[in-house]
Parts: sequence; C-alpha cells; structure tokens
Amino acid sequence: MLNPAIEIQILAVLVAVSCTLSGVFLVLRKMAMMSDAISHSILAGIAIAFLYVGDINSPLLIIGAALTGVVTVFLVELLKQTHLVSEEASIGLVFTFLFSVGVIIISRYAGNVHLDIDAVLLGEIAFTPFNRLIIANIDFGPKAIYIITAILSLNITYIYLFYKELKLVTFDPTLATMLGFSPVIIHYSLMGVVSITAVGAFEAVGFILVVALMVVPPLTAYLITDNLSNMIFISCFIGVLIGIVGYQMAYVFDVSIAGSMATVAGIIFLVVFLVSCWKKSSFGRQQRNNNIN
Amino acid sequence: MLWGSYMLNDYTLQMVLLGSIILGITSGMVGTFAVLRKQSLMGDAISHSALPGLVIAFLLTSQSASYILLIGAFAASLLSTFIMMLIVKYSNITYDGALAIILSVFFGMGMVLLSVAQKLPGASQAGLNKFLFGRAASILYADVIMMLGLGILVLFIIILFWKEFKLLCFNNDFGESLGLPMMFFDIILTSLLVISIIIGLQMVGVILMSVMIIAPPVAARQWTNKLNKMILLAGFIGALAGVGGSFISSIVPRMPTGPTIVIMNFIIVLISLVLAFERGLLSRIIRRKQKINSILAKQILFDCYKSFKKEEIISIKQIMDNLILLSAKKKKQLRYYLLKKGWLLITNDKTEITKKGLEEILERGVLCA
Repeated sequence: MLNPAIEIQILAVLVAVSCTLSGVFLVLRKMAMMSDAISHSILAGIAIAFLYVGDINSPLLIIGAALTGVVTVFLVELLKQTHLVSEEASIGLVFTFLFSVGVIIISRYAGNVHLDIDAVLLGEIAFTPFNRLIIANIDFGPKAIYIITAILSLNITYIYLFYKELKLVTFDPTLATMLGFSPVIIHYSLMGVVSITAVGAFEAVGFILVVALMVVPPLTAYLITDNLSNMIFISCFIGVLIGIVGYQMAYVFDVSIAGSMATVAGIIFLVVFLVSCWKKSSFGRQQRNNNIN
Repeated sequence: MLWGSYMLNDYTLQMVLLGSIILGITSGMVGTFAVLRKQSLMGDAISHSALPGLVIAFLLTSQSASYILLIGAFAASLLSTFIMMLIVKYSNITYDGALAIILSVFFGMGMVLLSVAQKLPGASQAGLNKFLFGRAASILYADVIMMLGLGILVLFIIILFWKEFKLLCFNNDFGESLGLPMMFFDIILTSLLVISIIIGLQMVGVILMSVMIIAPPVAARQWTNKLNKMILLAGFIGALAGVGGSFISSIVPRMPTGPTIVIMNFIIVLISLVLAFERGLLSRIIRRKQKINSILAKQILFDCYKSFKKEEIISIKQIMDNLILLSAKKKKQLRYYLLKKGWLLITNDKTEITKKGLEEILERGVLCA
C-alpha cells in the first residue's frame, strides 16, 4: 500500500485539478463569486440530508449537497428577476441564509454526531487516508481518492463533450440562442457540475478553499493567455503546482494543508500579476518609443 | 413581564442586546452606501480577509484582548481592499474575480497562521475561534464600549461627509468634474465599511458578517427612494434584526446567535420585497391588475360612446361578448370596476353613458381620434 503522505499528495493534486477545471468557465462567465455562494450553501444541503438520513456516510448527503448548489443559483436568479435586488446583493443574501440554516441545524440536531462545524469549515485532507475502501478484506486505498477521481472524470467528460457549447454560450450567448443552443440548460448543467465538484472537494479542503482552487488558477491563466484551450491547460498546470507545492510546504512547516494550498495559489497569482504588469508597462514603453522613432 | 425583567437583568443578555443594536445600526447605515454603489459582496471579502490580521495580532502580542486583535483585523482588511483595487485597475480581471481571489487567499493565509497559533504552548486559542462564527456570549462590557465608540465615530464621519458620500454613490463623475478628491472620499467610505465589519466580527463572525451589510439596506431600499430615509431605516432594520435574533437565540437552547440574526435579516428582506408600498411585489401585481382594468374600461366606454353617437342601443352583454379573450371572472371584475367608476348606467338591456362618463371622455380627449 501507498504511504499516507503520498496518498494525501495525490488527493491534493486531484482536488486542485478538478476544482480548477470547473472553475474556468465560472470565471469566464463572470460568476467567480458564485463559487463562494455555492460552496457555502452546500452546508445547508448536507445538514438537511443528514437530518433526513441520519447517517453521515450516506451518498444521499452528496446528492443533497449538490442539489443545494443548483437551488442556490436558482434562488439568486429568482431574486434578481424581481429587479428589486442587484445580482451581487442577491448572491450575498441567498448563500448567507442557506449557510445559517446549515449551521443552525448542525448545532441543534447534530451536536453528538461527528459533524463538527470546524471540520466542515476547514476540511482536513490529512484525515482522509483513515477512511479506506475495504472490499473483502483487501485495502483499496482511501475512499476519497475514488470519489475525487470520479468527480475529475465527470469534469473532464463534461468539458470534452460540451466544449463547443460552453465556449459559444460563454462568449456569445445571443448567437448561441439563435443557433438553438439553450444558454439556460448549459448554465444549469455547469452549475450542477460546479456543485458536485465543490461537494467532493470540500470534504478535503473545506469550502472556502474550494473557492481558492476554483477561482485563482483560472484567473492566473487568464492573465497569461487569451486562448480558451490554452487557458484550460495552463490553469490545470497551475492547479497541479498548487497541489504539490502547497502540500509540501504544509508538510515542511507543519501547518494547515488547505490553507497552505490557498496561500501558494495566492503567491503564484501575485507573481504572475506582477510579471504581467511589468510586461504590460515595458511593452507600452516599447510601443511609445517605436512611435517616437 | 416578570420573565422579561429577569431577561433584562441578565448581564450577558444585556451586553449581547446592546452589542447587536450598535452593530445593526452601524452596519446598516454604512451598508446603505455599499449596496447603492453595488459593492455588496465587498463586505464578504473584507470580513474573510480580517482572519490573518486577527491571528497575526495574536501571534505578535500573544494576548487575546479584543481590541488588539481587531487592530490587526483592521490592518489586514484595509490591505485586502487596497490589493483588490490594484488588481482591478492593473489587469483585465473583473471586480468579482478580484473579490473571490482576495477572499479565499486571505482566508487561506489566516488558516495557515491559525494552525501555527494552535501549536503555541499554553496559548488559549478560544479567543480566536470565536471570530470564525462569532460568539455573542463572549461579549464583555469593555467590548460594548469599544463598539459604541467606533459606532459613534462612524456616525460622525457619515454626517460630516454626507454630501460627498451622496455624490460618490450617485454621480461620481460629476464630483470629479467639480475637482473634488473623490478618490479620498472613496477611501474614507471603504475604511468605514471595514470598521463597521470589524465591530461585528466578535458577534456574527467573519463568515456571516457580510449579510449585516447587505440585508438591512436592501430591505430599506424597498420602502423609500430617499437616501436619508433609507439610511435611517436601514439602521433601524439592522438593530431590529439584531435584537430579534439575539432574543430568539437566548430563549431557544443551542441556537447560535450569528446565524439567527442572519435569518431574521433574511426574513425582513423577504417581507419588504413582498409588501413594500410602491416597489413591492404585491403592490406591483395589484397595480398591474388595475391598469388592465382601466384600459379595458376606457375601451368599453369608447364603444358605448360610439353607439351613443349613432343612437344605437347596446347592452352590456353585447359589449362583454366582444371581449372574447377575457375569462368570466375577469369580466365580472371589469363590470364591478365600471360600476364603481360610475361612467355607465347599466340596466339589463341597455347601457347609457352617465354625465361622469361623458366628462371622462371629453376631459381626457383620448378617444377623440
């Protein structure tokens, strides 16, 4: 069997890449904060499903949580359509409400069960190797690796199959509608994939760092390139980098793994941002010089 | 009554109630500007990025007194808004992308630092954990005094720069063209936002604090179109939700204060959205119905006027039969509306235009064509 440290490392990379993949289109559709909303609201879904099922390991919890993600998007749209509340105010209202419902349910009804708010909030990737998949006394490794692999393949399949549609709907929704692709269907299916990814990832890294992994690598790639397929590959590469460097840093300094991954993401973004600013300004200077000459 | 006086004599509850009133008023008022400037989610980013500041202050001083931690939080939050501004200005990343980056990266750094702080020997880390979800019961007299001081400061600055802030919200470019330092006012207003968020960290926590900025102004906006009324109303609603939430959470066992306040806020927003006098959904539906009725009624009046000129006799049944698209219920409503207006004299086989109806036609002139 693999060493737990290597298992955690693999898990970290898989989580980072699957979040990144679902984040690319979210960022391009100017819905970065929706990842924040979805990842918070999931708590309500998990709590309500837990009330219903009473078993923390039930797969229904994951389904419930993923559904809540989509419900969040729907509620935000509903509030927005009244034209009484701006989009970002409605995002802020909906997710804080659902999150509060989740916290209240957990602290009232799940006090004795292992559904600790801190664990949910911060996630602990270091504990995932303890929860192993054992079939007929044979150890197949941590369960989390299988779950996240499934989610990663879902992401890859979704983007591979609907690449054209996603691209069209993201960059020219009017044309997409005219050609008969429904932006609404693409929108909600994307939100579904994002929610499922967030659910899978948040057990490992907690829901605020889901946001870091979904938003930071694509936006960093966005600074580097303006080609969609390049952007996807670069952000996946950054995701892998975050997974490896983040975990190793956490290992060396003995700090929170999820936090360290987010910090590394922030550092990578900062470096790329500074380089792009510098390049832009030197490029501008060059052009001005050319004009003078 | 006895029970109520018992509740009010309870020290913890007194502090919680005072704290929630101060918090509600300040965040509601400052939030008004944030919501009007479409910066609602800025509060979310600011409150999340307070975390590393809190922990650094704790690590540096190894004290967990609120005011020291909150100075750290203030510095970190201000830094985060500054970086956010730089990102938006110097790259093609949109505002909400910058928000998401700052929020998650700062919170991640906070978690790294928190895991360092947890390992310090003998360091009671309880002082830090309360800032994640807020622990209203941990509020002391000194904290309330500090909140009050900061609240008064915020209020004073709002009154001082009232005109300038108003300009910033509604017509920034005009302010620039007058040569006013709008950038300076922007920074002041953002600092006020940071201060009012920090006031609430101990009570509602970094995760839910943003709602105290968004909900009261959104609710207040539905009831009025005036900035001064809106800001007062937002302060009142914030205090109301705060008091309601803390009361409920103190009565019901195992009911966390922060989330309860959030839910109270949300309920007030929903009520305002539905019931508000002019903008509300209910009044919108009613107004729409009346509009349809009045258009149809005028059409009928016109039909009667035409037959009156031709000296024909037309019954109400004939008129109604012409309106084939309307359901029977709608026709009944329409007939009631006509009767109420008193434009037509309706008997079984004949409709006549009354004097009032004629006046309506001639006065409005709509139908002369």
